[in-house]
This record gives sequence, structure tokens and C-alpha cells, in this order.
Amino acid sequence: MVAQMSSKVLVPRKPGTPAKRWILWVAAMRAWLFLALLLIVFEIWSRLSYGTTFVLSSYNAQSITIFAVAPLLLALGETFVIIAGGIDLSVGFIMGLSAVIAALVTNKAGAVLPPFPAMLAGIAAGLGVSLVPGAVNGWLISKLKVPPFIGTLGMFGVARGAAFILASGTTVPVSNSWFAALGNGRFLGFPVIVIIAALFVLVMHYLLGQTRFGQHTYALGASEQAAVRAGIGVGRHTRKLYLLSALCAGLGGVLYTARFTAGAAQAGEPLLLDSIAAVVIGGASLFGGSGTILGTVAGSLVIAVIQYGLVFIDVEPFWQFVAVGIVIIISVLVDQTQRKFGGDR
Amino acid sequence: MSAVSASSQPILDVRSVSKRFGGVEALKGVSLQLHPGEVVALAGDNGAGKSTLTKMISGVYAADGGEIRLDGKPVSFATPEAARREGIETIYQDLALADNLSIGANIFLGREPMRRAFGFLPVLDRRAMAVAAKETMATLDFHVDRLDAPVGRFSGGQRQAVAIGRAIYWNARVILMDEPTAALGVPEQRKVISLIKMLKDQGRGVIFISHNLQDIFAVSDRIIVLLRGSLAGERRIQDTNHDEVVKLMIGG
Repeated sequence: MVAQMSSKVLVPRKPGTPAKRWILWVAAMRAWLFLALLLIVFEIWSRLSYGTTFVLSSYNAQSITIFAVAPLLLALGETFVIIAGGIDLSVGFIMGLSAVIAALVTNKAGAVLPPFPAMLAGIAAGLGVSLVPGAVNGWLISKLKVPPFIGTLGMFGVARGAAFILASGTTVPVSNSWFAALGNGRFLGFPVIVIIAALFVLVMHYLLGQTRFGQHTYALGASEQAAVRAGIGVGRHTRKLYLLSALCAGLGGVLYTARFTAGAAQAGEPLLLDSIAAVVIGGASLFGGSGTILGTVAGSLVIAVIQYGLVFIDVEPFWQFVAVGIVIIISVLVDQTQRKFGGDR
Repeated sequence: MSAVSASSQPILDVRSVSKRFGGVEALKGVSLQLHPGEVVALAGDNGAGKSTLTKMISGVYAADGGEIRLDGKPVSFATPEAARREGIETIYQDLALADNLSIGANIFLGREPMRRAFGFLPVLDRRAMAVAAKETMATLDFHVDRLDAPVGRFSGGQRQAVAIGRAIYWNARVILMDEPTAALGVPEQRKVISLIKMLKDQGRGVIFISHNLQDIFAVSDRIIVLLRGSLAGERRIQDTNHDEVVKLMIGG
């Protein structure tokens, strides 16, 4: 059983030159480096132009994190889907659908129940309804072999239409004191929605990094054949992934309704691109197989800092789109270069 | 039919199996025996039935006729997983590795060991995976420093070793290899040949499909040549030569 250790038959390749390793490290850390760079630039600009601090202002810091919550929630689920080699284009309108349903059900329940249970009913309904498009996405992709891009694009339309129909084409205001407190209240000085998002990040970080589910997600993105032959139920796993993505969007919708005390079908409309951008900036590859939750958090913060920072230094808001777009392109270029170097993925 | 093989009890005894796909008879009563520590090469032209035969052994296809015995007991595998549980592992040409995962993670893919962090939270036991990977790869004379490196960073021959390592960690007694040297450069081919020799020294049975006569003659004990679904010939390697094998393959 024991082989002779006479000659080294196989020795793995050397890790590479220091310069190459340094480049790979920069590529892997790009989201955090981007974030640091942006904060430095805005800080300098702010001090030169207004003589005030940008980063160290707790008001700014808080606004940026609150701003980042919704795209981050969508991006967390999207991270799993993208690592597995898929894409979910429907998250924006699943979020809208969930926001509208949460508002409608809270109001209906509020007519017969006290505010707190009414809010719980609204939250449960918002999260529950998000699972419907998620389940359909997973079924289309795993059973009917519809490409994820097309399947979820179709669901984008369906969820959008359903949300607008349910909301009668308008926003649905909520009058529920508990819901308002959830969206705008504070706990130990921190905004409640930021705390919820932070807890959710921890759970997702655990799920991706420490469980079989996460491990199989990476394997699926690297090679579906490898996953199949390892005995992983690929169809079942795929269905779970799209449910998870939809659930994240559903939570985003519920928190939107809480924050604005109104549900709106278009709640997540601008967030689809932002969430995918956050995942890609965070180091995930659209080819699948790589990405991390912490990277996605950094990516979400990069986008939030760009958007908030440009407003802060009084640049016309439309430049946000240009800036975010450029950052996405740079990230994808870095990813491709990294692949060419054959480094950590 | 297998008069040339040794007399000990074979691990694997394939008795006159046949397989039909619609109107095509892919295998017409082929027999094959594999003994512990034996390397059998499976040769033949495209469409000769090599893949069909190995897929029946590994549980991908069910036999239409004949039987397969493992340790003398008749078996029939409904799925590749069932065959794997009995110690029959297949190393596919594309290796079926997740390039972004470590050696340990690949070995344990689909059956990862868990531990409890803080006494309650189930988490992947990466240390156990790394230790098992290091030990397993050492039996293949593959000494790894960076156990966290993704296997995509390794060369073709090294990745082949990882795929073999995965098989032996799970106690594979019969290892089926589909063209293990086909996609490799010459130095890497030599490494794979030495890996096969190690498996043989460990007392495992190896069946490998190959077109490369040099490889076949370098490592196998016996060669079985198929032609259009039938056995064209079976030879002990010391009793034959390139010319004869080529003649068998083309039916000359």
C-alpha cells in the first residue's frame, strides 16, 4: 500500500516570481483597493473644495452604508448564482414585487390585526412571494434547460408586470409604525436595516465559505461535469441557487418598503446593474467559479461611494452611471488578465 | 477465452457481456478478467467498443447480456455511484476536477467532512481534507507544499495524479482510465505511466484505454484488442509486439 519514496515523480509548480505574486494579490484585492482609492480621492477633493472631511463624517458614512444596503442584498444572492456560472436578471423586479406585496399585505392585515403582527404578515408575504419567481427560474434552468440569461430575463418581465398590476401602477403607501421603525429606526446607534444587512452578510459568508452548499456552488461554476461525477445533484443545487437569489431580492424589497413606508414596483429597477456590478467588482468572474461574499460587500461599497461621493462633490448625477460603468469594465479586464496569469481564482 | 491470464481469483470478471444501441450491436459477448496488481490495456479502433465496455463496468450502461463479477460475486450497478461504492473508479479524459478548488476539496467533492465550530456550527473540515490530500498524494510520490492551491495551477500530469489520488482515497480497487496520456506532452506521459505502475504496485487493478502502443507496452501486463464489438485478441505483453497488435486492431 505504501509507495516507495525513492524519486519525486511529481512536484507542483513553483508559486511564481514575487512580482507575479504581487500582481495576483492586487487582482484578488481589487475591490478593497478600489474602495480605498475612491475614499482617498473623495477625501482630498472634499478637503480642497470645501475644507471638510468626507470619510470621517459619520453622517456620510451612514448615508453610504444605508445607500449600499439594497444593492448589496441583491448582490449577495447574485454572488452565488454567478459563482455557479449562472446569472439572475430578474432580481430587480422580484424586489419590486416583494416590496408591493409586503406593503399590500401589511395594510390588509393591519385592518384586522395590531401593527406588529401585521408587519410580520407583510414581511412573510414579501419574502414568500419572492420564492415563486425564484422557483420558476430554477425550474426553467434546471429542468427545461433554458439558458439562465433568457430564463431570468423572461422572469424579469413577468415579475415587473405582476408588480405593477398588483400596485395598480402606483406606489402603495404603508401606515404601520413598526414597519417604519424597522426601516428608519436605530439600534445601539446603528440603522436597523444596516444591522439586518450585516447579519445577512455573515450568514451568506458562512453559507458560501463553510458549507457543502457553498463548496458545491464553486464546483458547479468550475465544471458541471466534475460536479455531476462527484455525485452532486446539479439540478437540485441550481434550483436552490435561484431560490436563494430570489429570497435575497425579496428581503431587499421588504427593507425598501420599511425604509420608504411604501412599496413600489420599480423599487429594484436601477439595482439590477448595480448588483451585478458589485459582484463583478468584488472579484467574481462572469465565467463562474470564483467570487467571495466579502468581495461583493466591497463591490457594493465601491458603487455606493461612487454614487454618493459624486453627489457630495456636486457632480451632475448622470456621471454616476458613467463612473460605475467604467469601474465594471476595468474589473472585467482585471479578471481576464488574472486568468491569463493563471492565478488564484 | 482468458487462458493467458494468471490463475488467482480475479477482482473483476466480465463474462461475455453484450450491449445493443437500437440496431447497432456495440458489444458482442466480450469477456475480460482483471487480477489484483494487474494492468490491462484496452485497445482498438474508434467504435470498437472500448468505451462501451468500460462504461458497463463503471455502471454507466447496463449490460444486455452476460454478467460482471466482482470478487466472484455477480454485480449489477444501476449508477456510476453504485460502482464507485464497490471500489470501481473511472478517471475520465477531462479528469472531472473542479479547477478552482484545492486537491483536498476535489478528493472530497460531494462527500465533504464537516466539523463543529464553537461546538455547534457545522463547517467544512478543511484541515482534515488537507491532511488526507497530503497523505494520499504522498502515496503517489506527489509531495505538495501548498495544499490550498487550486488544482487549475497544476500541470496536466499533476492533475491526472490528483484525479487518481481521489480514486485511491476512496479505496478504488479497479481503476478505469480513458486515454490517460492522450492530452499530455511526452514528459508528462512518462509521469502518468509511472503513476499507473504505482497503482499496480499497490495491488490495484487498472484497465486503461489507449491508442498509444508505446504506453501500452511500457506499462501493461496484458492487452485486449477489440474490433467492431468483438474480442479480436488477447495477449500477454511479453508474447506480442507492435505489429501483431496493429494487425489485431485493424482486423488484418
